[in-house]
Amino acid sequence: MSDKTPNQSRRAFVATAGAAAAGVMIAPGVHLIEVASARPAGEAASRTVRWGMLVDVTKCQEGCTACVSACNKENALETALPQNQAPQWIRKVDLKDKSTGRALSLPMMCQHCEKPPCVDVCPTGASFKRADGIVLVDRHICIGCRYCMMACPYKARSFVHETLENQNPEVPRGKGCVEACTMCVHRVDKGQQPACVQACGAEGHAAILFGDLNDGASEIAKRIRSVATSQVRADLQLNPGVRYQGI
Amino acid sequence: MRDTFQRIEERSFYALVVFGLLLVMVGLGAVYYMEEHGHAVTGMNNQVVWGMPHVFAIFLITAASGVLNVASIGSVFGKPVYKARAPLSGLLSLTMLAGGLMVLMLDLGRPDRVIIAATHYNLTSVFAWNAILYPGLFGIVGVYIWTMMDHSMKAYSKIAGFSAFIWRFILTTGTGSIFGFLVARQAYQSAVLAPMFIVMSFAWGLAVFLLVQSSMYLWNGVALPPPIQRRMTRLLGIFIAGALYFVLVYHMTNLYFSRQEAFEHFILLDGGIFPILFWGGFVLLGSILPLALLLHPELGGRRATILASLLVIFGALCHLYVFIIGGEVYPLDIFPGFSAASTFGDGVVGQYAPSLPEFLLGIGGLALAFVATVIGVRILRFMPQDDFTILTGGKNVH
Repeated sequence: MSDKTPNQSRRAFVATAGAAAAGVMIAPGVHLIEVASARPAGEAASRTVRWGMLVDVTKCQEGCTACVSACNKENALETALPQNQAPQWIRKVDLKDKSTGRALSLPMMCQHCEKPPCVDVCPTGASFKRADGIVLVDRHICIGCRYCMMACPYKARSFVHETLENQNPEVPRGKGCVEACTMCVHRVDKGQQPACVQACGAEGHAAILFGDLNDGASEIAKRIRSVATSQVRADLQLNPGVRYQGI
Repeated sequence: MRDTFQRIEERSFYALVVFGLLLVMVGLGAVYYMEEHGHAVTGMNNQVVWGMPHVFAIFLITAASGVLNVASIGSVFGKPVYKARAPLSGLLSLTMLAGGLMVLMLDLGRPDRVIIAATHYNLTSVFAWNAILYPGLFGIVGVYIWTMMDHSMKAYSKIAGFSAFIWRFILTTGTGSIFGFLVARQAYQSAVLAPMFIVMSFAWGLAVFLLVQSSMYLWNGVALPPPIQRRMTRLLGIFIAGALYFVLVYHMTNLYFSRQEAFEHFILLDGGIFPILFWGGFVLLGSILPLALLLHPELGGRRATILASLLVIFGALCHLYVFIIGGEVYPLDIFPGFSAASTFGDGVVGQYAPSLPEFLLGIGGLALAFVATVIGVRILRFMPQDDFTILTGGKNVH
């Protein structure tokens, strides 16, 4: 304790206390404590961390769109555009097994691949992967060629088709640029959960678990070690940061 | 005689230039409209991200590469008939590339940032390669034309021609690879796309060349010597057959893979406009009919050549529409074995209705190529200058 400045101590205390409070409020069995470590402003994202999500499809309810609404609100995505031109950073996909008829519903968003095809094809380097595994678009150098949208195997990206108003200052967007789920990087950097994860928990489903895949002690790492999970389009060997349980 | 070749009646020349420039202006107006309102006013959406402008742009860029074939046969393989046509071939390459790039760049979400594409290179991106290959072609072909037109530079013509020959191969490989390297889409992800685009470029480029050449001869009231006519139309026939062959191999390969059956069914049989454009536009009107016109012993004359060339170009646009738009509207198979439904078009065929501004932008690109060609052939000696003594000797013709 003595080797820390008062500011750091206070920050650590607030973060821990906040996480403890969140842990108490969220449904039992859901631990958020591993994400409650805000990154100081100006400090680069760490390579030792790999942020990821685990979606428990057995808990995801058909018809529930709490994650979608939360994402739209958090990132100020609401629009009057037709559905096929409106941005959708996260969407609910209803699936039916063609041979057995088993139905399931799951959220689909940028899978934050370890080897993202969108980053490979981006001519200017606007699509990039942060050291902690979050795949983002640099809005300053995106030229709007949409090649990344052609390359994404998950159809996770949207193009901004219109002039934007009432943006969230923490989530800058731009007409003519491509965008996708940022894993709520602005929240994560403050030690918070992505909006969809929080909304799903608040709804009582707690189907999405967020955390550091590299931290063996984290809840997400433990779960991935102990239950069968899958990667969407695992055949492409992109090693996505979003995993699914129960597909 | 050669002066007659050079002469384009002045009033018609200015009329053509004004007409072309007007179309370019209309295209630029469409760009302003699309930029002002965003791509919301186009038919493009999050499923069909490349629309009509890309059909025009990729046609122009592919043909720009292919039209250089005429020059290559002349300078690399030393055929005099083609050598006389090398400058025109180079000019058409430059003008079509300019038109194609105009469409491609002005359809960007942020065309104002095009300088970023020239200053930030991600070398794993095929687009970034193209950002080097396209200006490179401008430079190389520009120098090549210079070496052909300036007698003091004649010595460098061969090496410039060879460089252009190599460069355009790489360039069209790059164009095909834009699609070939897309890992997740049923329509693409195939190594055959690069050679397919190269062979298609031969056919489309030669069709444009023959069309322009025929128009120039017609304009000047001069008939293209029949042996040259025959030789070039026969070559176009071979290229059309070659392109058809590659398209056949591409579809046969897909048909063999169970996972691709549904996609092939869509494109070839029940995909609405796409099978119609594929079979009717590309195969029948764009390939079989021109082949008949060019290779039939009693046809193959000037009119048949013009008609066949127009049909090849029409077929090319149909094929690109099917290839690009058809490939995009078909839903991604993100969850193999499952049927999918969502608010984002999962599991359903996407909708795309090309809008007028998209068409106008594409036409603007064609018009730019047209105007630049008209001005080029007017101010410089691009009219093929055949050595008739060789031709009448018959040694290098048949």
